[in-house]
Amino acid sequence: MADIKYLAPRTLDEAIGAFAAAGSAARILAGGTDLLVQMRSGMVRPGVIVDIKKIAEMTAIEETADGGFRIGAAASGMALAEHPRFGKVWPGVLEAVNLIGSKQVQGRASAGGNLMNGSPAGDSVPAMIAAGAVVTVQGPNGRREMKVEEVPAGPGRTNLKPGEILISFQLPPRPPGSSDAYLRMIPRTEMDIAVVGLGVSLTIKDGVCTEARVGLGAVAPTALLVEGAATALIGSKLDDTAIEKAAEACRAACRPIDDKRGTIAYRIKTAGVLLKRTTAIAAKRATGK
Amino acid sequence: MAKIHVTTTINGEPMEYLCEPSDTMLDALRGSLGLTGSKEGCSSGDCGACSITVDDRLICSCLMLAAEAEGAEIRTIEGMAHGERLHPLQQKFLEHAALQCGICTSGMLVASDALLRKNPNPSEEEVRFWLAGNLCRCTGYDKIVRAVMETAAEMRDGIKEAAQ
Repeated sequence: MADIKYLAPRTLDEAIGAFAAAGSAARILAGGTDLLVQMRSGMVRPGVIVDIKKIAEMTAIEETADGGFRIGAAASGMALAEHPRFGKVWPGVLEAVNLIGSKQVQGRASAGGNLMNGSPAGDSVPAMIAAGAVVTVQGPNGRREMKVEEVPAGPGRTNLKPGEILISFQLPPRPPGSSDAYLRMIPRTEMDIAVVGLGVSLTIKDGVCTEARVGLGAVAPTALLVEGAATALIGSKLDDTAIEKAAEACRAACRPIDDKRGTIAYRIKTAGVLLKRTTAIAAKRATGK
Repeated sequence: MAKIHVTTTINGEPMEYLCEPSDTMLDALRGSLGLTGSKEGCSSGDCGACSITVDDRLICSCLMLAAEAEGAEIRTIEGMAHGERLHPLQQKFLEHAALQCGICTSGMLVASDALLRKNPNPSEEEVRFWLAGNLCRCTGYDKIVRAVMETAAEMRDGIKEAAQ
C-alpha cells in the first residue's frame, strides 16, 4: 500500500480541491474506525486519504444563537459527550452516537462517518432523522443542504455527488417540552450491530403531543423517516391507541433482510416494540416526569 | 512515495519518526519507536489490546494512522509507571491476579486509567461498560473489574488524606 498519499489540509477549499482531484481513488478520513478496517481487509484501496480533522469547522460543536446545534462532520462521539449542553438538549442523539462501538471507537468515530459509511444499521442515523437534522455538503460546485434522511442511497452508498464532502449537521432549536430518545435491539449488551434501531423526537404541550418525528434503522436498505408513526402521535395524548397506531406504521415501513442477527419476522415485530419503548422514554424526558 | 515525517509527544517526551502513509499508530509505536507495550490483537478495533490515549481521549492505536499523530499528545502503557514505582492500577492488577497471559493487560490498564481520570468514582456497571471494548479470554473479567473498583476507592481515599 506504499502508493497511498496522506493529506491533512487546514482549509476546506484545499480539502475539496484535493478530494475532487483524486476522484474515486480518494477517501475522507474522519475517525477512521470504518476506513482503516476497510483498508486492512482489502475492501478499499484508496490512492489519496484526505484527513479532515485539521479543519476547525469539521470538528466544531456549537450551540447556535437560535438554540440549535451545529456539529462538525468529524466531531467524535466522545467530544459530543463532553459538551456541557448537547446531551441535555439532544439526549437521544447523544445516546445513539455513544452506542457506536467501544469507548475507544467513540474517541474517534463521528456521526458524519456513521452517515457516510452508508450502513443501514448505523446507530446515529435514525436518531439524527428523528431530530430533523439537516446536513451541509460542499463540493467543487459549492455548498448545499440535504435532509439527513436523503443522504443514504443504499448499503454503502450515499446521494452525495462525486467530489462532495459532508461538512456538518444542523439540529433545529427545541421548543419547551421537547426531548428525544434512541433504542436499539442487539443480542448482546454492548459492542454489536443493531437488529433494529429506533429514534423518537417529541414535543409535548399541556399533555398533547404537538410535534413528533420517528427514525427507523436496520430494517431496510437505508434508515427511514416513518411519517405515518409521527402522524399517529401528533395531536394525541400518547395514549395506547395512538402508540399502537404508530407501532403499526413502523412495522409496515419495514423491508428487512433475514440474517444471523435476526429474521424478517423478528425485526418487524421488534420495530413496533421499540417504537413503544422509545416513545415512552422521550415523553418522560420531554415532560420531566 | 516519500515517508511522512511526524513530530509528536509521547508520554511527555517530544518524539519524531518517519512512517508510510498507510502505517497505523500501532505500527509506529511497536516498530520504529520500539514501544512494544501496546499489543496487536485484532487490528480492527474490537479487542482494545492496542489502547492508547491521544489528547486525553482513549482510542485504539490500530484504528489511527501514524501520520495523524502530528502535534498530538500521546500516552501509552510505557508512561504509566514512574520508574520502578507502579501506578496504583498496575499494583492492584498484580494483587488481584487480574491477568493471566497478559496480552490484554496493557490495554486494560490504559483504558481503566482513562476511566478513572474522567470518573474517579465509577459504579461496577460503569466499569464494565467502559471496558466493553477490551477483550480478555483468561480472567473472566471479574478480577479486572474488582481491581479497578478497589484502585478507584483507594485513590479517592488517598486524595482525601492528602487534603486533610
